[in-house]
Amino acid sequence: MSSITEEVVDSASIAAASTKRKSLWLVAIRNPNVIFGGVILLTMLVIAILAPFLGTVDPTRIDPASRNKKPGTEITYRLDDGTTVKRVAIMGTDSLGRDVYSRVLYGARVSLAVGVAVSIISVAIGMVIGLVSGYVRWADGIIMRIMDGLMAIPGILLAIALVSIWRAGLITVVFAIVVPDVPRVVRLVRSIVLTVREEPYVEGAISVGTPTWILMFRHILPNTVAPLIVQGTFLAAAAILTEAALSFLGIGIPPEIPSWGNIMAEGRTLFRVFPHNILYPGIFLALTVLAINIMGDGLRDTLDPKMSKKV
Amino acid sequence: MSTEVKRPVLEVRNLSVSLPKGGDRVHAVEKVNFTVNPGEIVCLVGESGSGKSVIAFTVMGLLAKALKPTSGEILLEGENILTAGEERLRELRCTRMSMIFQEPMTALNPVMTCGDQIDEVLSTHTQLDAAARKAKIIAILGRVKLPEPERIYGSFPHQLSGGQRQRIMIAMALVLDPVLLIADEPTTALDVTTQAEILKLIAELQEGQGTGVLFITHDFGVVAEIAHRVAVLRWGQLVEMGPTEQILSRPVQGYTKMLISSVPSITPVHRGVRRDGITILRTEKLGKIYTGNAFFQKARVVKAAVDVDLDIRRGETLGIVGESGSGKSTVARCIARLIDPTEGKIYIGDTEIATMSARKLRPHRRRVQIVFQDPYRSMNPRITVGEFIIEGPMNFGLGRQEAMARARKLMETVRLDPNSLDRYPHQFSGGQRQRICIARALAMEPELLIADEAVSALDVSVQKQVLELLDEIRVRLNLAVLFITHDLRVAAQICDYVAVMSKGHVVEYGSAEQVFGSPKADYTKALFAAAPGRHWEFGKFAA
Repeated sequence: MSSITEEVVDSASIAAASTKRKSLWLVAIRNPNVIFGGVILLTMLVIAILAPFLGTVDPTRIDPASRNKKPGTEITYRLDDGTTVKRVAIMGTDSLGRDVYSRVLYGARVSLAVGVAVSIISVAIGMVIGLVSGYVRWADGIIMRIMDGLMAIPGILLAIALVSIWRAGLITVVFAIVVPDVPRVVRLVRSIVLTVREEPYVEGAISVGTPTWILMFRHILPNTVAPLIVQGTFLAAAAILTEAALSFLGIGIPPEIPSWGNIMAEGRTLFRVFPHNILYPGIFLALTVLAINIMGDGLRDTLDPKMSKKV
Repeated sequence: MSTEVKRPVLEVRNLSVSLPKGGDRVHAVEKVNFTVNPGEIVCLVGESGSGKSVIAFTVMGLLAKALKPTSGEILLEGENILTAGEERLRELRCTRMSMIFQEPMTALNPVMTCGDQIDEVLSTHTQLDAAARKAKIIAILGRVKLPEPERIYGSFPHQLSGGQRQRIMIAMALVLDPVLLIADEPTTALDVTTQAEILKLIAELQEGQGTGVLFITHDFGVVAEIAHRVAVLRWGQLVEMGPTEQILSRPVQGYTKMLISSVPSITPVHRGVRRDGITILRTEKLGKIYTGNAFFQKARVVKAAVDVDLDIRRGETLGIVGESGSGKSTVARCIARLIDPTEGKIYIGDTEIATMSARKLRPHRRRVQIVFQDPYRSMNPRITVGEFIIEGPMNFGLGRQEAMARARKLMETVRLDPNSLDRYPHQFSGGQRQRICIARALAMEPELLIADEAVSALDVSVQKQVLELLDEIRVRLNLAVLFITHDLRVAAQICDYVAVMSKGHVVEYGSAEQVFGSPKADYTKALFAAAPGRHWEFGKFAA
């Protein structure tokens, strides 16, 4: 056999023979869906943070003199020191004379907080449980049966039960939504771990004696990040809706803290005469959830192309 | 054949197909000319990326949208296919030209019976009534030598073996007696014995019908077996074309010579007498039984490996050869303790590791290292090559600086630039990645290196380089190597000892010269008889 002349492969030829791997994040933020959803969401976030500076008054302040005013009515406010101010109630007032505009803006805080808290907490817990379940084979059966059990609990019923034990509040609401959400994350992570653990590079790492925890965090976990971000956005959107539903039913955020759900609940009785009490928080709620979902779709298309084909 | 003056069934003239922008070259296929005459088998040979499949898909009019034929013409019995409309192409497919694909499982619809799938071809292209169609299908199933055509007619693809599925594909392609059959690597996914049967079948059928066959392959053994004429492709260009005998024994172009001489010979290299080395690996009655535990059914028991006794001494290469499902990889993975053996003992040196707990096993991990088949999946795409190589040594307490220094040295050993340690795996080619995987295994300073089909995914010229590298490392480091392969030629070149496995059992075990020279077991004999091109000594060119 004639031997083939072999030379050291120089680094220049390696670079030339390849294309630079583009960062997925750079691709993601150029996606029109991500931009559209992100801009709306960012606006909501700014509104929530800057609520006190956007011409609002105390959202809990009751003013019997100006009850049930239609949007655009001019209202006279009597301040604590006795002086009076005139201002236009852009979104009208509710049956206790509270300013709906101020309440809706402050309400954004509760909704966004619930969305963010639920998605972060359920992704964090679900990721750890999913990793263990996917990697430690003997634990898998036990963990997954518990998760199946948790998934069978409806969030709203759990919230009702929890409110009767504890008291209504943000933490109760978040807890009630997180519990049934965790199994969804666990299933996702577990399925990814199950495929990745069979990859030759994971087996290779085992054969060079890599300790299990490094194996999990260095070689397996990074594969779950993109799908989890996508899943997290959808969880956030669903959580905001659930919170609104719970507050609407009076078992969520207590009435003294304005949230989109309880503003709508209070406006319900006089809906035919004064629809603005439901209309404005409803628009904000719908817009926020829509924005998160659109952004989630865009992120899924760029970060997790396999999943987007399946759906 | 060549003396007859007949109009060729296929004439490709000056064909160029452009690649989308940003590819590694402008044209997938560039100014290619060749013909296929009636009753002739023309082989397109080339390494991966040479454009051979693109030509096949262009002829069938099945080219992906991103690829565009830019010049030339393809004449099927004088009719230019490139200018034909989709309607006309649909008429031509199956009636005048047919294609069979590499993967018979994915080419068949899993929810339709085989009979119905062939029937679809007939009902689309002919006016025959149901009874006549069925009779025709049964006849063609008989012609492709499928047993019990009536039963096969009603069978689903998953009920058939890989070879039988490929026969169904051939039956479907030939049912309307096309003048041209395109076979795109039709035997690559099949075991060697099945491959031999399919090759024989294709040759018989085309001879009987006078069909022209355009056969695409990367395997010179297959070429020597069935081709009348050969066209060698490289980077989309036709390097050389001529009768098989001429190309194989008197190639003109350097590339052709290089390619043919890279094909490993099936005659084993004389390795001399056995040295008195220390036994590195010994297995005693090693077995692995898979039991599927099902609640309501009888548990399924699969004996992947049974009573495997092997031993390897320092500086020796033991090959395990066998067809898919023979248990060769199971044995390798048991020895590397990636899976737990269910029976028997494994000695690494004097340490028995088969039943050792994971914690106790850890210090012994570095003594056995493994290189996998798929160079694209054996590296974590998110970490650099340097990190990849030093991971193992650092797990065993080596400092980062020392580990990096060792990695640089090893990159030189595997003939890669040490300065490329900060690159990511996707920046390397398949052969280069396989070298990196070898470097990583060597970084652990192992006593036993397991190569699990480590060269099977590589092109023949790259395969030769990696084989030479492995052999050189074995000699230099006095390593024991366990080489798992399905390729008899590769085994003949690199192994001192060979174990032939079939259905979980070692059916023959001895020195390479003895096993290849005078095989005793019937299975081994059948395996060698099926090796394509076994009568051809590649690389011995006439002056």
